Amino acid sequence: MIELADVSVSLGGVPVLERISFRVEGGEWVGLLGPNGAGKTTALRALAGLVDHTGVIRLGGDELSGLGRRALARRVTLVPQQPERPPGLTVAEYVLLGRTPYLSYFGSERAADRAAAARALARLELDRFATRSLGSLSGGELQRAVLARALAQEAKILLLDEPTTALDLGRQQQALELVASLREDGLTIVSAMHDLTLAGLYSDRLVLLDRGRVAAEGSATDVLSPDNIAGWYGASVKVVEDDGTIYVLPQRD
Amino acid sequence: MIFAEVQPRGVPKPWGLCAAAFLLLALLVGLGVGSIAIGPVGIVESALSHIPFVHVDSPLSSVEEAIVWQLRAPRVVLAALVGGMLAVAGASYQGVFRNPLVDPYLLGVAAGAGLGATLVIAYGGASGQLVPPAAFGGAALSVALAYALGRSAGRSRSTTALVLAGVTVATFMAAVQTFVQQQHSDQLQNVYVWLLGGFSTATWHDVAVVTPYIAVSTTVLVLHRRVLDVLSVGDDEAASLGVDVGRVRLVIVAAATIGTAAAVAVSGLIAFVGIIVPHAIRMLVSTSYRAVVPLSLLAGGGFLALTDVLARTVLSPQELPIGVITAFFGAPFFAVVLARNR
Repeated sequence: MIELADVSVSLGGVPVLERISFRVEGGEWVGLLGPNGAGKTTALRALAGLVDHTGVIRLGGDELSGLGRRALARRVTLVPQQPERPPGLTVAEYVLLGRTPYLSYFGSERAADRAAAARALARLELDRFATRSLGSLSGGELQRAVLARALAQEAKILLLDEPTTALDLGRQQQALELVASLREDGLTIVSAMHDLTLAGLYSDRLVLLDRGRVAAEGSATDVLSPDNIAGWYGASVKVVEDDGTIYVLPQRD
Repeated sequence: MIFAEVQPRGVPKPWGLCAAAFLLLALLVGLGVGSIAIGPVGIVESALSHIPFVHVDSPLSSVEEAIVWQLRAPRVVLAALVGGMLAVAGASYQGVFRNPLVDPYLLGVAAGAGLGATLVIAYGGASGQLVPPAAFGGAALSVALAYALGRSAGRSRSTTALVLAGVTVATFMAAVQTFVQQQHSDQLQNVYVWLLGGFSTATWHDVAVVTPYIAVSTTVLVLHRRVLDVLSVGDDEAASLGVDVGRVRLVIVAAATIGTAAAVAVSGLIAFVGIIVPHAIRMLVSTSYRAVVPLSLLAGGGFLALTDVLARTVLSPQELPIGVITAFFGAPFFAVVLARNR
């Protein structure tokens, strides 16, 4: 369970998040929406402990600011929008980096760590790629390697920043299906998303941010109204509901 | 079962043996080659004869013994120590700054050491003994200033601020150094000889002075080899993996700087070793720092010991400054790396 209460973040003196509050239940997938600059990425970075915040963030009842860096890394894993993927490392070496929070500073991986990395690789069907270099993988395979690295970290909270940027439509769906399937392992997911239709399709609940504040919160039906989207994104859209699914379609007036 | 494959490559055994053999060969060549050539068997037997409780008689004459162990050995050992140090420091800097083209002089070690040495040569009179401590002090001060400036320039975790601070400090130090040098043009020759670097005056005393610094520095850096791999995924991801990026960067830079400053203090400014050696290993073996750091130590030692043999034999009995040779091979190599990094 994640709880944010009156969380504010300033970057270089500029307020980026202003007193935002929302909750994410254990096992839930919450999609963070909002126009560019709304504070989605900053919210994820605050949850990962990468930026200083005021207000209170609780993870499963414990205050985030009271957790050490390593303890936090065992609970929360962040996949940034454009993760650095050192091309010379093998997939196995890269995925093993996910075990860092469990290793002593100068230590190296033990059998348990290698087993966790092997499970993550198998989970993402990367078994055959263990000894391949990251530089030799396709875009979709790289995305899976990044998720495998996150999974090897064995944190219960997975933060995804725009997990489908730079993927084609088919790869986007595959990546999101993969993330959806990871929830069977009991993961709680918070993802920043650009595509409103996909966000509504995969998330349990949506939180719409605008200029650092929570502008709307609720189910896809509640949040993805034409008025909301016109108001917060300045976009002209047609919203079609079909069999409980919301489709957001751009249109010209 | 893929489990067997899920492990870091580390240092592949054949490459570890290769690098160790290269270092050993370089040491033997360094001890054997010169105006009087001495074969490797003679050197090994002579070496064994100096070990207590090993009963081997040295086949060398007392003159040859003196040439090998009093003239050549300190020089070869010092070159190997400095070469290993510069290569490991280069690899570590490249890891910390996530830039394959930086060298251990990035944050002003060279300019600071140059200023320290020039000040002593210009104002210190004939006493050459003060040059190494002055160079060491100048180098350490330079990096400390760059670090302080880089951190005060806003975001403490940004490497760009640190690099710019290093350039600023180095430029300033170089300006002062040039000024002092021009004011004491009678000492110009001495300053140049020091700046170009070399081992022609190496003694066992020099070896004894730098060994503790280089031992501590390389030990710390080799221990950080896995952490350097973690840093390669970027500051944010490394931090979200539980690594205190700012502190780790400070520890690695400090360790690399102390060792580099000690190396520079006894050998002058020898360029390119910190770039050529780690890159050769990346091309041949692996880009994981678990391979690059330990192999750089061995290969860097062998590389500079061999380069020093060239420096004293190519124009014998004249000596070429060793920095000329490393730059002669280094610059084209650098161009190749640059082209491959596009």
